[in-house]
Amino acid sequence: MSSSDTKYLREVESSEYEHGFFTDIEADKAPVGLSEEIVRFISKKKEEPEWLLEWRLKAFKRFEALVDEHATPEWAHLTIKEIDFQSICYYSAPIQRPSLDSLDEVDPQIIETFNRLGIPLAEQQRLTGVAVDVIMDSVSVATTFKAELAEKGVIFCSFSDAVRDHPDLVKKYMGSVVPYTDNFYATLNSAVFSDGSFCYIPPGVHCPMELSTYFRINEAGTGQFERTLIIADEGSYVSYLEGCTAPQRDEHQLHAAVVEIIAHKDAEVKYSTIQNWYPGSEEGVGGVYNFVTKRGICSGSGSKISWTQLETGSAITWKYPSVILKGDNSIGEFYSVAFTKGRQQADTGTKMIHIGKNTRSTIISKGISGGRSQNSYRGLVKIQKSATNARNFSQCDSMLLGDRSGAHTFPYLEIQNSTAQVEHEATTSRVGEDQIFYCKQRGISEIDAIKLIVNGFCKEILAQLPMEFAVEAQKLLAIELESSVG
Amino acid sequence: MLEIKNLHVSIEDDGTEILKGVTLTVNAGEVHAIMGPNGSGKSTLASVLAGRDGYVVTEGSVIYKGVDLLDMAPDKRAREGVFLAFQYPVELPGVSMANFLRQAVNSVREHRNQKVLSAMEFLKLMKEKAQLVQLDPSLKQRAVNEGFSGGEKKRNEIFQLAMLEPTLAILDETDSGLDIDALRVVSEGINSLRSSDRAFVIITHYQRLLDYVIPDFVHVLVDGRIVESGGKELALKLEDQGYDWLKPTESDPITA
Repeated sequence: MSSSDTKYLREVESSEYEHGFFTDIEADKAPVGLSEEIVRFISKKKEEPEWLLEWRLKAFKRFEALVDEHATPEWAHLTIKEIDFQSICYYSAPIQRPSLDSLDEVDPQIIETFNRLGIPLAEQQRLTGVAVDVIMDSVSVATTFKAELAEKGVIFCSFSDAVRDHPDLVKKYMGSVVPYTDNFYATLNSAVFSDGSFCYIPPGVHCPMELSTYFRINEAGTGQFERTLIIADEGSYVSYLEGCTAPQRDEHQLHAAVVEIIAHKDAEVKYSTIQNWYPGSEEGVGGVYNFVTKRGICSGSGSKISWTQLETGSAITWKYPSVILKGDNSIGEFYSVAFTKGRQQADTGTKMIHIGKNTRSTIISKGISGGRSQNSYRGLVKIQKSATNARNFSQCDSMLLGDRSGAHTFPYLEIQNSTAQVEHEATTSRVGEDQIFYCKQRGISEIDAIKLIVNGFCKEILAQLPMEFAVEAQKLLAIELESSVG
Repeated sequence: MLEIKNLHVSIEDDGTEILKGVTLTVNAGEVHAIMGPNGSGKSTLASVLAGRDGYVVTEGSVIYKGVDLLDMAPDKRAREGVFLAFQYPVELPGVSMANFLRQAVNSVREHRNQKVLSAMEFLKLMKEKAQLVQLDPSLKQRAVNEGFSGGEKKRNEIFQLAMLEPTLAILDETDSGLDIDALRVVSEGINSLRSSDRAFVIITHYQRLLDYVIPDFVHVLVDGRIVESGGKELALKLEDQGYDWLKPTESDPITA
């Protein structure tokens, strides 16, 4: 590494978090800590039916048992300080419980926050035709384009609304892909989840617009526990976008979301994420702990689930969007860019579980590590006995910026059917000094050169994102790479 | 335009002295060829002028357009009009030629207070300049130098030269590895870019490029020093007699 490289990397490390500001919105909060009373409090606040409270309580009992057993997952390549689950506030909602028809009724300060994030809501509606279900802290604040979607029979609403208006669907599918017993954080989520999104596409419907949600943690010390449930009925299609940024805080914030996707026969779900939670300071103080369980099931034949993610934020990311390929001829895809800098740690990847015949999966993962960060890919490809003629292709590329970061690859293969074809490719490279010099010799500054090279490295993943999201993703990558001093 | 005085350069890692007092003056509009045997320091000279890491200037000076070139960062030098055609062009996987060059061209134009080119203007310019070295216009979609043949890489360097319109173009062994047809294409490209306000420093091991690109001056670099300078006929003599007659003997140092 040349000295100029090292200097640049120091600058990147010390660059301030762009979206680190705090909006002062009065919140309706639960007392700090976790107990059966808190679970009941949340459920009551949300005016939930009895069956849901019971489900939460079952999850809570399970969670208590796990805590007693000290059963926090420790297999990941992560160093996690012990989390005090009693110091977290499990519910916080903007004081004005919304039942709004238009954006005009939204607290102007909330709109201002989004404007500063570069997400002009009104503009987005008008220009892009993206329906935005905004989550500010834990409760939906505005839901748009509902009417147009309703016309097609598409249900896109907050999880709470779905519980109220479509209890049968929620009851049938919630926990069917990620049961409340699934893992430590999924169990926690099941007990205390506050809100999230719900989406149902009826048979044969091609959802007329991309569905988008912005998540944002906004209250000091407030963990967020979203739950998202997406059901694509037979022959339907939906593209779902999720992006988030978080304001700068000093204490760790726990984020343990659950996303479940069900794709019926011949249905296709494309789920894209930009994750930009606050990563903590250069010294590793603060930052979001992002422990997410995302899983989809291709339950019907010919169905397809595709995950695309750009992970740039969080102090710690623990996340493995997975696909259970149950239906014959079903397809699972995972495209990922994980960028870490400073003291960030990421352990992310996917699981492809082949059960049906002729099932196919593709995994392309790109990890970029700068600063003193640690970036791991962890992926499981499992071909069960029943999965005759299953195919998998995995490619994991890592790029190192500087010499103080780490890149790791942990591929797991479990193959129980001899007709399977599984390919795995992995590379690790450094941003070459010769590449940077070549760019500089053409008049391109060092930072722009690194941006170009990193963007080139991620190109095939970014190409998977829907157009407007891809632009945002590139912008975000650029911001991440930019030094605060220019 | 370029005034190199008594330039001494060592390799940073081990202190080996490569250039041992090079003096050279290049005026606008001139074409200088620098020839010499392998290991004589030709590529080091090109690298130092472009600002590559890994070298230390221990003595001497380089003045470019009246200012100290060695004081400038490599990207600043490029924006000030110094262009290096690389002996080994570097691959940038996933970075399209269009993207790469648009950024390069516009950063140079901005520096010169010229209008930044729109996407349309840029693509038009790219198409026009690609013809100079007979590169296929589909080039713009391809990743920089990735999967390019050896000849394509060299033509690509001259194409970039045409796009960036430098005032000082340094060509480092641009002719190496080219077959005769490619050599002709590259030479024609270079010739079409000669102008009264642009100077060329052409580094080459063989004189065959100079059959097509006629230099105003030829210098012979041996063991880190320019040992002989002359007109184009010097190149022919070298072709004929090799470099041995120029190599210094202990008792009989040769002066230029």
